[in-house]
Formats: sequence, structure tokens, C-alpha cells
Amino acid sequence: MKLLILLVIVLAIIAIAQLTKVYELSRSLRKNKEEEISAADNKLNANLMLVWMFLFFVGTVFLYVRYGDYLPLSASAHGVDVDQLMKVNIWLITIVFFIVNFFLYFFAWKYQYKKGRKARFFAHDNRLEMLWTLVPGVVLAFIIVYGLITWNKITGPASADALQIELYSRQFDWTARYPGENKTFGAANYNLISTSNPLGLVTPDGIRAKMDELDAQIENIEHQLEENKMMPLLPESYVATLEDKVSRLKRHKQRISDLDENSVNGLSTWEAGNDDRLVKGEMHIPVNKEVELIFRSQDVIHSAYLPHFRSQMNCVPGVATRLKMTPTVTTEEMRKITGNDSFNYILLCNKVCGAAHFNMQMKVVVESEADYNAWVAKQKMFKAPEVKEASDTTLANEPKKDTVATAMGN
Amino acid sequence: MEATDNMHAQDHGHHHHKESFISKYVFSMDHKMISKQFLITAIVMGIVAVMLSIFFRLQLGWPGEKFQILNAFLGDKWAPDGILDRNAYLAMVTIHGTIMVFFVLTGGLSGTFANLLIPLQIGARDMASGFLNMLSYWFFAVSSVIMLASLFVEGGAASGGWTIYPPLSALPQAMPGSGMGMTLWLISMVLFVASSLLGGLNYVVTIINLRTKGMKMTRLPLTVWALFVTAILGILSFPVLVSAVVLLLMDRSMGTAFYLSDIYIQGEALDVTGGSPLLYQHLFWFLGHPEVYIVLLPALGISSEVISTNSRKPIFGYKAMIGSILAIGFLSFIVWGHHMYITGMNPFLGSVFVFTTLLIAIPSAVKAFNYITTLWQGNVRFTPAMLFSVGLVSTFVTGGLTGIILADSALDVNVHDTYFVVAHFHIVMGMSAIFGMLAGVYHWFPKMYGRMLNTKLGYAHFWLTLVCGFGVFFPMHFVGMAGAPRRYYSFSEFEFLDWVMDLNPYISIFAIVGGAAQILFLVNFFHSIFYGQKASQNPWQSNTLEWTTPVQHIHGNWPGALPEVHRWAYDYSNPEHEEDFVPQVVPLKPGEHAH
Repeated sequence: MKLLILLVIVLAIIAIAQLTKVYELSRSLRKNKEEEISAADNKLNANLMLVWMFLFFVGTVFLYVRYGDYLPLSASAHGVDVDQLMKVNIWLITIVFFIVNFFLYFFAWKYQYKKGRKARFFAHDNRLEMLWTLVPGVVLAFIIVYGLITWNKITGPASADALQIELYSRQFDWTARYPGENKTFGAANYNLISTSNPLGLVTPDGIRAKMDELDAQIENIEHQLEENKMMPLLPESYVATLEDKVSRLKRHKQRISDLDENSVNGLSTWEAGNDDRLVKGEMHIPVNKEVELIFRSQDVIHSAYLPHFRSQMNCVPGVATRLKMTPTVTTEEMRKITGNDSFNYILLCNKVCGAAHFNMQMKVVVESEADYNAWVAKQKMFKAPEVKEASDTTLANEPKKDTVATAMGN
Repeated sequence: MEATDNMHAQDHGHHHHKESFISKYVFSMDHKMISKQFLITAIVMGIVAVMLSIFFRLQLGWPGEKFQILNAFLGDKWAPDGILDRNAYLAMVTIHGTIMVFFVLTGGLSGTFANLLIPLQIGARDMASGFLNMLSYWFFAVSSVIMLASLFVEGGAASGGWTIYPPLSALPQAMPGSGMGMTLWLISMVLFVASSLLGGLNYVVTIINLRTKGMKMTRLPLTVWALFVTAILGILSFPVLVSAVVLLLMDRSMGTAFYLSDIYIQGEALDVTGGSPLLYQHLFWFLGHPEVYIVLLPALGISSEVISTNSRKPIFGYKAMIGSILAIGFLSFIVWGHHMYITGMNPFLGSVFVFTTLLIAIPSAVKAFNYITTLWQGNVRFTPAMLFSVGLVSTFVTGGLTGIILADSALDVNVHDTYFVVAHFHIVMGMSAIFGMLAGVYHWFPKMYGRMLNTKLGYAHFWLTLVCGFGVFFPMHFVGMAGAPRRYYSFSEFEFLDWVMDLNPYISIFAIVGGAAQILFLVNFFHSIFYGQKASQNPWQSNTLEWTTPVQHIHGNWPGALPEVHRWAYDYSNPEHEEDFVPQVVPLKPGEHAH
């Protein structure tokens, strides 16, 4: 492959060198001639218009034939409508593409310069102009109406008995959360995120654990500051950073104590999360059942792209976004359809989110409801972070390192 | 107005002194010199942007292959062992897009041709304010230098894509490119907007106030109409971008939270709540969509002029052309939401944007059909400028049609942010605008430098660029429809894309050859400035006023009184006249009807 590039580059350089020669030659030949496009040049370019048009059209047809079946049939119910709409639109624009480009290149060739001929003085024609305002208008009206009918069909609130799954995104992985037997998600808040609680689920124990952790950090820094007062060794700017850190941690505590407990489906949102199931790297969904996906993001904007289901939705920090779909083809069935035994549905990140953006993916498995239920039952339940005793030595030491590192990092 | 004209004329007569190098070439207030300054700066920026694109195309075509040339250009940090670093890849993509959209196709295109053509084609001695015009260029120059400098800072240049969506761009913790490089990007953009606004105000004021006697608005060449509407779009939309950018700067450095809320990153729950990342997108695309037409309209205006002149026919439907420019300009302000169908925006709001967006296709179609009708029964002379203009119509149609898919929200969902989008906008906006710009350079080079560009090199340049341009971007439609996201460093992690990725090496080869073909243009351009054949006064037998000025530039453009205009700009092959062109300064014959 490298050889090929090298070859291409060498050829390009030779071509340029040759052309420069031609240029010098032609310049010396026509030194004092009025710059006029020669008849031969004009004819050559006119003919090239046709040659190019031919190549362009053949290339287009080739690409359609070779790559036209760009995705296997839609694996979701609404995707069938989307595909139909796409097909109609592609046909329409392809026809227009060929017609308009044909007339453009054909006229360019046909009406090439002929000595002594005078062009036709044709400045405007109201009927023609009306025609090509109205015809695109009508066609576009059709496209708009058809498009919006489909759009209204595939958007809107999910039905009440839809299965809810939360997709939680962060640099650079996905976590699926299932609401568990109580069919209710526990509340989640970014202030409670920690290594043992990656989604920040709100539980009374989790709050206490986080508060203790923050207290320990605050105490730690204040201790450092106290020592420094007696024996000032730390640089002033670092002291300021530490003081800032303390006030940040205190505000963090404040935000946690402001959290409200709500009740959904007769359950406290602080209790409902105890049977939530968190799965990393893989999402299972039952076939032929409406699913409502709820998207959240921990850090930056991501986008959950499910090309085989014709679905996509951004994941925005601070806002939960939603999407409904009904998978209709199981992974097994799709493997048969595509003739590919290792086929898997996939979820990709489709909003640039950092260095490993190109590999932020998750396997999606569509299976029968029974298989799905069995799989979910096997997944680990959420476990609230344990509240440790304040005297616990590991707690006292660990945040210390952590705090200093973050403070210095800032 | 007449008084000012006289004053200028006298001015010219009495103070004909030798200018210093600085006031002639550096801090010039002459619109013709400023136009050349814009063009050369844009060419330099363009070279950088094309090289960046070839660097990342090497990675995309042959992921993981070692290219010593990458290492030679980018060093061990960005291309260790000749493999492009992942962060460097994103930086290249981002800066390529930024430079192309803003510096080449906004600053470069409008700056060059608005400055050159507005005074010359409306019959004015110079821009309304030469001083603001000079400032406009120098803001542009400084912002260009800052943008280039951002490639060399710690952490690399901005890397969040040219749209720099926060929170990614707001948080230095999120990626190396969101550090110093991002700050410089934002500062550069503030200066860039200042440049655009100074330029734009000047263009609008000049066109409204300084038209020569007889130059009614309905006699203006379509280039001037296009540049006029472009300037208005810029004046109305760029301030919104500057707000978006300044708010982002504040979020980055002053602890505000316009765009930030509920973020946990690098082990820390950030102390920011209440902002909205989507607010930025609304502000950005409120500029971002008119920006597409800021880039495109001047190119279309140039092509109207070039196609009419070289078909030896009046542009078909002059008034319809003006109408569609105005309609496109107006509609471009109420379509920005089509960039945000999948952000969780209310689906009903989405359908409103579907409607307004698809409406734009109507004036666009009118323009395309009018170009083609202009060719019909013409007497077409293929100058390089004409070739590029025909190419523009083809790219405008081809790329515009796929816009219909993207405007349709239900379809956009599955191709949003994929290579389909990359294909769409590179053809309709990238290629079209570049073709329009090159057509303009080939057509008005004699006016700018008093010499001709070499035609044969121009032909080679055009055909290579056309074939390679489509060769690069046309297959990308299929890559995108197969589900390949844009801004991916490599696709080797996705088995379902393997079959379509065999297109990638070919795309990269076309990109390399197409990039190399631009050397033809550069050689031709810089060689001809000094050694090109001397131009005659009106080499293309054109009607517009700029061809009545002397070949050697003078201050004030016309040596004597300003020319008086008696007819529209498109009296080509008028049956009432012997010649196949009738310049605007020729009085009507007795009994002749003005068009």
C-alpha cells in the first residue's frame, strides 16, 4: 500500500514537472498574442465535460450497486418506516441528480464556442421560472409531509408499559441500568459519584458514605493548613489552592444535603435503586417489546448511535434525554439474515468526546423475553457504598493522597 | 455624493506622491491591495488546512501504518514512529475545519472579492471607510496567526471538532486539546468576528451609498448582490457567535456556568450547576447555519458573473436570481435547529425546522436551473474560470440534494454525524465555495495583478481538482449510510464497517493527488504575478465596470470622472448590437429598451 502511495506521489510530481514544461513552452509560443481561448482547447474541454459526465455517472452507479445495501434490514419497528422514507427520498434525489447533472454537462458540451455564432439573447421567461419554482415546491411539499408523518410516528412519549433502560455514558464507556423487580429507577445525582457508586445512585447509606468521605478530606486539608500556620512551609499559592479546595468540598456537601427525596410508584426514590442492576459493556433487550431508553452523561456530550435500529440520541450532562424503539429481530435471527455468525448489534458513541471516542462502544443483544429475564436476573444488583467507621485507617490515609494530587493538578 | 466624488478626483490629482513600502503593501487602505492581502493570507491558510487533511487522511486510509513523513512534519510527540497520535488526529480535524470554514471560505472568499469587486463594480473610488477596511484585514491577519500558533502549544490545538461543543471544549480535564489550544482558538475567533464585522459593515455601507450615477440596485451585477446579502448575514449572525465564544471563555476561566451543569470528571464533581450545554449549540448554529450561506453566496455570485460572461448570454432570470439570494438569506436564519434534531429537542420544534430547512431547496433549485438555462443556446468559452463555475453548479446540485435527506429529521437520526454529513457539506459547501473562489481568482486575476494566469495549467488544475474532489467525497455518502461516524480515529474496532472501509484507501489516494494538484495552482499563481502575460484591459469582453479601469492600479480606480451606467450588467449577445457584449457604460441607442 505504501508502495502505491509512493508511486502516486512520484507520478504526481512527474506530471507537475511535465505540465510546467508545457507551460513554459506555451508561454514562449504566445508571448505577444492576445489571450484567447484557442478553438482546440475549447473543444477539448467541451469533450472532457462529456467524458467526465460518463465517468461520474458510471462511478455513481457502481457505488450504488456495490455499496447500496448499506445496512441490513432494520432491527426495529420504526426503522422499517425510516427505511421506506429513505428509499423514496434516495430515489427522488438520485433521479434529479442524474437529470440535472446531465443537462449541465450536456449543454456545456453542446453549446461550446463556435466562431461567428451568436448566443441566443434569452434573459428571462416567466413561465419557465414559474415552472421550476412550482415543481420543486410540490415535490418538496410531498417530501416534507411524508417526512413529518414518519417523524410524528417515531417520536413522542413511550407507552406506559414500555421497558425502561438507562444508558449512562462517560469517557469512554457505557453502562446500562435496569430498574430491577420494582420497575423503578432509584434517583441518581452526580454529587454522589465515586468508584464504588459510578452512577451516583442516591441511597441514605450512599449519602452518609459520601459525606464521611468529604468530611475526611476537609479535615485532612484543614489539618495541613493548621500545621502550616505553625510552621509555614507550603508556598502561598498552594495554600490558596488548598483553601479553595476546602470551600469547594463544603459546597459539595451542601449540594448533597440539598437533595430531595421523592416518591415514584409508591416507592421512595432513595430506596428504589437498591435493586437496580448495573451492567457495563453489554446491553440486553427483549424482542418485540417497546423499550424506552433514557440517556445520561457523566462528563461531556456523547451520542448513543444504534445504526441497526435506525436510532440515535445525544447524552447531555445535566439533562436526561429519551428515545423509544421496539426491537423486532433478535441477534440470532440477524446472524442468519446477514449470514455472519459473529454478527452483533452495536452501540457507538457518535459525538466526539475525547481521545478514545473512536472506541467507545457497547454490544447490544436482542433476545427472547425469557432469555432476557434470565440474563437480567443474573446481573449484579447495585450495592450502596458502605459507611465506614471514621477511625478506619484506610479512609484517613487514602483521601489524603488523593486530595493533594487533585489540588496540585489544579 | 457628487461632492465627495469631486473631492476624491481632486485628491487624486493633487497628491500623486510616491508611497512608502509600508503604506502601500502593509498598512494599505486601498481596497485593491487589501483584497490581495486577504487572498494571499487565505492561500497560506488553505495550504495549512489541506496539509492537515492529508495527514489525517493518511491515518484513515491506512490506520496503524507508519509514515515517516508524518513524523518528519509533526515530530515524536504527535506522530511517534510515523503513526498519528489520537489526540493529534482530533486536533488536525478540528483545525482543518476551522481554517477552511472561517479563514479560507469566509475571510478569504468574502474578504478578497468583496474588497476587489464592490468598489470596482459599483463605480466607487474605494470603500466607504478605507481605515476600517485596513483594520478588518489586520484583525484577520492577527487572528490567523493566533490560530496557527495554537498548533504549537502544550497539549496541542483545539480538538473538539470545529463546532467546539462544551462541556468537552470547556473542561481542560476532558482532553489535552481543551487546554491552551482551546483558549487561543477562542481568542482567535473573537478577533476573526471583529474582522468580519468591520468588513461587513463597510461592504453594506459602500453598496448602499457609493454606487455611481445610473447604477440602480436592479443594475448591480449578481456578484455585488451576493456579497451584499452575505455581508448582511454576517453582520446579523457573527455577533451571536462572539457571544457564544465569550461565554465559553468565561466558563473556562472565570468559573461561570453558562454551558455547564452536573458534571463529574477526573474524580471530581464540578462546582458548576444550572448551565445548559445545548444553549451553546443554539447560539453556535444561529451563526453556523447562515455561515453556510456566507460561504456559499459569494461563490454563487461569482459563478453567475463568470457563467454569463463566458456563455456570452445574459444570466437567465436576473430578478429571480436576486429573489433567490434574498430568500436563501432570510431562510438561513430560521433553520439552525436542523443541526440539533437528536439533542433531545422537542420533536415538534424539530418538525418546524424540517419545514423551514426544506423550503431553502426551492430558491436553491431556481438558482441551479437558471445557471443551466444560461448555458442553453449559449456560445460557451471554456476559460479555467468557466470550468470551475460549471463544476460549482454540479457540486451545488449534487451536494444540495443530499441536504434533503439530512433536513428530514426522521432520516437525519440515522445519518447524523456520520460520513454522510461529511460528504454532504464538503460537496455542497466545501467544493462549491472553493470552486467559486478559484473561478473568481482565474477570472479577476488580470484585474488584480495586471497579468494573465496560464490557461493550460488552469485546465489541468480544474480537471484534477474536480475528479479528485468527487473521488474523495462522493464515496463518503456510502461510508456514512453504512453507519460510520465522523471524527473517528480508526474504524478497526468495528466489524460491521469492515466491508465499506475498503473505500478508505481510495479516498485517501484521491485526497493526496487532489492536494498535490493544488501545487499547479500555486505555481501558476505566484509565477504569473511576476512573469504572466500582460493582460489587456478587458480580457474576457465583459460588461461590468471593473474592466473600464486601467490595467495598472491607481488610487481612486478611474483616472477621470466616475463612469456613468446606462444599462444592466448582462447585455451579452444583445440582438440590437453588433458586438456580443455591451458594457454598462455604453448609452442606450435611440429606441433601445433598457433591460
